[in-house]
Amino acid sequence: MSDEKKNGDFLDEVTSEEYKYGFVTDLESDQSPRGLSEDIIRFISKKKNEPDWLLEFRLKAYRHWLTLEEPDWALIHHPPIDYQDIIYFSAPKPKEKLKSLDEVDPELLDTFNKLGISLEEQKQLAGVAVDAVIDSVSVKTTFQDTLAKHDIIFCSFSEAVQNHPDLVKKYLGTVVPYTDNYFAALNSAVFSDGSFCFIPKGVRCPIELSTYFRINAANTGQFERTLLIAEEGGYVSYLEGCTAPQRDENQLHAAIVEIIVMDDAEVKYSTVQNWYPGNKEGKGGIYNFVTKRGLCKGKNSKISWTQVETGSAITWKYPSCVLLGDHSVGEFYSVAVTNNYQQADTGTKMIHLGKNTRSTIISKGISAGKSNNSYRGLVRVSKNADNARNYSQCDSLLLGDQCGAHTFPYIKTGNETSTVEHEATTSKISEDQLFYCQQRGIDMEKAIGLIVNGYAKQVLNKLPMEFAVEAKKLLEITLEGSVG
Amino acid sequence: MLLNIKNLHVSIAGKEIIRGLNFSVNKGEIHAIMGPNGTGKSTLAAAITGREGYEITKGEIIFKGQVINDWSPDKRANEGVFLSFQYPIEIPGVSMTNFMRTALNARREYKELPPIPAGEFLKKMEEKKKLVEIHSKLTNRSVNEGFSGGEKKKNEIFQMALLEPELAILDETDSGLDIDALKVVANGVNQLKSDENAFIVITHYQRLLDYIVPDFVHVMYNGRIVKSGGKGLALELEERGYDWIKDQFDD
Ligand SMILES: Nc1ncnc2c1ncn2[C@@H]1O[C@H](COP(=O)(O)OP(=O)(O)OP(=O)(O)O)[C@@H](O)[C@H]1O
Ligand SMILES: [Mg+2]
Repeated sequence: MSDEKKNGDFLDEVTSEEYKYGFVTDLESDQSPRGLSEDIIRFISKKKNEPDWLLEFRLKAYRHWLTLEEPDWALIHHPPIDYQDIIYFSAPKPKEKLKSLDEVDPELLDTFNKLGISLEEQKQLAGVAVDAVIDSVSVKTTFQDTLAKHDIIFCSFSEAVQNHPDLVKKYLGTVVPYTDNYFAALNSAVFSDGSFCFIPKGVRCPIELSTYFRINAANTGQFERTLLIAEEGGYVSYLEGCTAPQRDENQLHAAIVEIIVMDDAEVKYSTVQNWYPGNKEGKGGIYNFVTKRGLCKGKNSKISWTQVETGSAITWKYPSCVLLGDHSVGEFYSVAVTNNYQQADTGTKMIHLGKNTRSTIISKGISAGKSNNSYRGLVRVSKNADNARNYSQCDSLLLGDQCGAHTFPYIKTGNETSTVEHEATTSKISEDQLFYCQQRGIDMEKAIGLIVNGYAKQVLNKLPMEFAVEAKKLLEITLEGSVG
Repeated sequence: MLLNIKNLHVSIAGKEIIRGLNFSVNKGEIHAIMGPNGTGKSTLAAAITGREGYEITKGEIIFKGQVINDWSPDKRANEGVFLSFQYPIEIPGVSMTNFMRTALNARREYKELPPIPAGEFLKKMEEKKKLVEIHSKLTNRSVNEGFSGGEKKKNEIFQMALLEPELAILDETDSGLDIDALKVVANGVNQLKSDENAFIVITHYQRLLDYIVPDFVHVMYNGRIVKSGGKGLALELEERGYDWIKDQFDD
């Protein structure tokens, strides 16, 4: 009852303030007006029926964001983003269903076929009305039953706010505070939705949390927020994204992923990112500014990031590990492919705080066309991190001579007992290898796909099986037309 | 006629290497090409297989009745031309199995056939592995990666056995092989040999020709075939070296 009352007061407050600023937000509306202000944030929070503390969190983040400047240190270029020209909230509305695959863009279907996605799934992904053949609701239900049996919480972020507010409040912003960076502050102010996952003590999640994601891939939003917690001895393998090409009319994406891992727990987080990269001339495409960080809080805890980045016009992303617990382990396996005019500035940070902490970084950059691909990484060993060890390997592969590959490895060690190893290579795809493949009947495009997949194998092997297969095809498709 | 080369001129980076070469091969024949280092034997193989950078400035390469001068290397391969490389190439991260399945399926796609069923492919692999006595530990590795010199050469013959070409060019496949491996390679060729295919064997040593008996032996010098004969010519070269030929043909 007190909640209701608060909401009532709040409503008054909001409406009067809106009036003060000379416009009226229709609370019945499914969409906020363009632009960002405290009112808009209140509107979002209200729409989502959020508790006060969360609104406060958003507002603090917003006020902090106002004091910040967009970072300019990454090796990327884009026209200025007009943050007042963005619609920060629009209720997810059911997309208008197409009647059959005949109505879908043939180019998209072609890609689906190349990826080997089944017809039924193609329909789902393309938004074609499906008949009763595949019943996603029942898949979802069995899935939820299994999770419930293990007391695993896996739901949308909004649901978690309603049903598990204490957990959300306890962990939100503890790994990526809203003060972290410009885009983290923005996300914290306006995040739309995302996922929440809680693995209780001693539970090994028996299923890849990926099946579910495929079915729901279409719901990912512009300002996604993910929070993942594994308690003592817990384990989960989590996959976000989708190999199928995804379009979105929102150009700016700024997501946050936070992971907290306790003693002896492990989280494997895999990403396949294939947002619209823009056309061959570099027009359009998603700007993807993502802050992902995991905290290895407990002893012997482990976080493993695997990413396959093929999409987006701009990728700005550094999935990181804070290795606080003694003997904790952080891993980062990345393949980033850029073609045409794509720009990627991606890498990781491994922050060694605990004793005997270990980290591994394997980064494979592949650039083609007129694209730019940078690895940017930081390995920091604090003065208490005795015997910390890091191994980094950053390889760049160039296809053609109009693309760029760059490596920015930063190493800061404050402990003499630590070992930090860094290896880097830059190579061009070799004429010899291409001719060898062609001499065996494999055409140029397939040969490139084959060689590139071989080059990225170390990383692709870290993906859950069924996605590894698709990710391989995805690399080939991304590089189509990159040579010759 | 399976292969007919007429007045072929080939340049690399503007420098003429093959200088008016005539050469023809019929089905069912084995031709050996010998000749001093740097006379253009590998260049000829590259020109036949369509390697980039090997510019045909004059003449024609006719394969199964069609001029193939402008064909891509993969089209030539899929039409049945195979090259056993003098220096086989490593492709890290690509397993031999994956490589060969991709190659076989590329050919099948070219012939408008469906991909080879997994079971059939594996059976074929096993069969051909036996033929060249190649160990599974090699076929499970990445293409040529960590293979010894001899293993790489055996691996070329293994690929040839799987792809069953109509025209196979073996560029110094015998170099670096011990006597047992040499027999294995020769045995592979002899088993694959039929009335429907032909082999061009580039070698420096008459020894190989004891095992793969050629119908013709040609001597290449300064970008041309300057002498042709039967198996006896190889023996003569072994005895006398190339000086007498050089003396005859030096400009
Ligand atoms: N890529 C290249 N660039 C420049 N010159 C080349 C290139 N490839 C070959 N040549 C030159 O062309 C000539 C013929 O070379 P080729 O490799 O065909 O000889 P070969 O008869 O196969 O010799 P070998 O018996 O040593 O294998 C040599 O003078 C060589 O240096
Ligand atoms: Mg040679």
